[in-house]
Amino acid sequence: MSAFDFIGADLISQEEPQAASLDERDRGGKQQPMLIVNGLRKYFPIRSGILQRHVGDVKAVDDVSFSVLKGETLGIVGESGCGKSTLARLLMHLIPSDSGEMIFDGDPVGGMRGLSLRDLRRNMQMVFQDSYSSLNPRLPVQDSVAYGPRVHGMSRTDAMDLACDLLDKVGLRAAMFGARYPHELSGGQKQRVNIARALALNPRMIILDEAVSALDKSVEAQVLNLLGHLKREFNLTYVFISHDLNVVQYISDRVLVMYLGQVVEIGSVDAIYDTPLHPYSRALLDSRLSMDPDDRMTEPPISGDPPNPVNPPSGCRFRTRCAFAETVCAAEAPSLSQAGPDHFVACHMVRRGSGHSRLLS
Amino acid sequence: MQLDLAVEDRKPVTFAEVSEPLVEVRDLSVKFVSREAVNRAVNGVSFSLAPSEVLCIIGESGSGKSVTMRALMKLLPPKRTVIEGGMRVGPHDIVKMREADMRAVRGSAISMIFQEPMTALDPVYTIGDQIAETVMRHQKIGRGAAMERALELLKLVRVPSPERRLKAYPHELSGGLRQRAMIAVALSCNPQLLLADEPTTALDATVQIQVLVLLRRLQQELGMAVIFVTHDLGVAAQIADKVAVMYAGRIVEYGAVADVMMKPRHPYTVGMLASTVHGHMRGHDIDAIPGSPPDLRKPIVGCSFAPRCKVVSAVCQTHSPPTKSFGNGQYAACFHAE
Repeated sequence: MSAFDFIGADLISQEEPQAASLDERDRGGKQQPMLIVNGLRKYFPIRSGILQRHVGDVKAVDDVSFSVLKGETLGIVGESGCGKSTLARLLMHLIPSDSGEMIFDGDPVGGMRGLSLRDLRRNMQMVFQDSYSSLNPRLPVQDSVAYGPRVHGMSRTDAMDLACDLLDKVGLRAAMFGARYPHELSGGQKQRVNIARALALNPRMIILDEAVSALDKSVEAQVLNLLGHLKREFNLTYVFISHDLNVVQYISDRVLVMYLGQVVEIGSVDAIYDTPLHPYSRALLDSRLSMDPDDRMTEPPISGDPPNPVNPPSGCRFRTRCAFAETVCAAEAPSLSQAGPDHFVACHMVRRGSGHSRLLS
Repeated sequence: MQLDLAVEDRKPVTFAEVSEPLVEVRDLSVKFVSREAVNRAVNGVSFSLAPSEVLCIIGESGSGKSVTMRALMKLLPPKRTVIEGGMRVGPHDIVKMREADMRAVRGSAISMIFQEPMTALDPVYTIGDQIAETVMRHQKIGRGAAMERALELLKLVRVPSPERRLKAYPHELSGGLRQRAMIAVALSCNPQLLLADEPTTALDATVQIQVLVLLRRLQQELGMAVIFVTHDLGVAAQIADKVAVMYAGRIVEYGAVADVMMKPRHPYTVGMLASTVHGHMRGHDIDAIPGSPPDLRKPIVGCSFAPRCKVVSAVCQTHSPPTKSFGNGQYAACFHAE
């Protein structure tokens, strides 16, 4: 039984998706997860020397499996280099994966009988971190928003009307902002344009890759509110990738924690934030800064930086920074084990009989 | 309500009057002049800082926090920048100082660390060379002694296996180690004042807290004063003694960190704290400050925060607000602050 089998089965049985009711685009029924990812893998080869020989791989995403339920927001957290942005690009098929499969609302993606890329991208859109470089500097922003619908066969006037409508919806008056170029807008306004563009094809799922990270705090709050409203209005499912743990807790229904290309813990937001079990999740959450000046940290919860993903440690990849590492951690990589109703952890300390002297639950 | 409208000709208020401050900034304004426009980045900032005190300047992008820091180091492009007001650090009058003298001060009495260590460090020299270079520039010692000092500094900033890292190039280090190496360069000549421009913003959460704890420990051990620029209120809560909140080139609130964070007086500070995301706000809209900061290329009449303010009144549109004192060393520039 692969890790994904029981995750999917368990979630389907016990969780009621919130916003999946009566969507005419729905194909698999509301119990069917919006997206199932199974064994996704991406290694970037490292070449060196005159002959460009293959000397190693950066294991950016290594055997990642999870599912995203209809109408939920799945938060993905992890430090830089843990593979979360590579994962986002793999989901969008912006880069090819080495292995693994994706099932979008019951339809496999790619292959002879599967969903075509064109169909996938109509259903799944993405908002990037850098709001400026993801817009064409030579197009007025309403043309940028209308571009997708035009490519997918909408007439020019209809596409423009839609673009103006969407710009209004994201809080930019189309009459005032539509004809402007990206450099004439502030960071927050550009990110609103990017969100409008992502909505233009009436997608069912949006991947937000650090979409609010570059914004100032007051603007970030505005955009988070906007994302909440749009999700309800357009019946959307979000995958929200961020390094900001407070933002992820605010917006997510379920949270996935990544470390060096692998899933170390996945579960409901309350399970992850109230009772994190993986030592890495605990260290990550303990690193959050308190807003109370009397509550200062004197010892960092964890030392060192994440190791190089070219040569990850054997066994459990976190063992070099883990306070509880034992011989079994170096010998054997832990697989995801169930620790609660909607809570899976890849740590030897969670599984009974793993050979580790401690047992968490 | 009683209003003090005789604000136009008031004297600049210097915050935190202490017997012998290390840093005194009085009515500092910085303008960037170009053919198209004049950008008033800093408009009358005054503060002072005692030796071995940590001041956090909090503000959003464009609030003038980094420009204030760079003015203190005279790092702004001289041809396009107009600096007015007074700045003194220890015995040095920064405004009047010639460039040649300034070079002797930079890196010794005052030093600075930056947000992005990869661009602040030179990629073609080893970490050891870069620390030794600074030491040799300011202290008349030989290369061997300077390298020994470099090793000592790497140990001070708790770089693991420092002997090996001395010979490493910046690209061979991780982000956290690079930032530690930059701190080592900055501390090499025992500065009295360390300027830190968002040094932890680019770091991951687990590494950020390591660097913050290190900086605070070093500040206490070495007894230096620190001015720390950040946009993150959580960082300020961790490291600051005093906090100055900047908006549109002015300090709108100043006080001890506990007072400002726990009992903010200025509507902007109140709004910033309310719009900082916490998990327990799940399912509710965040109380965000509407709108965006003003364009500093256009003259501002009245209070610069008025267009976004919840408690705005007629007087805010026409008069610039006075700086009110609250007795506990806390000040806020607002007609309505109570």
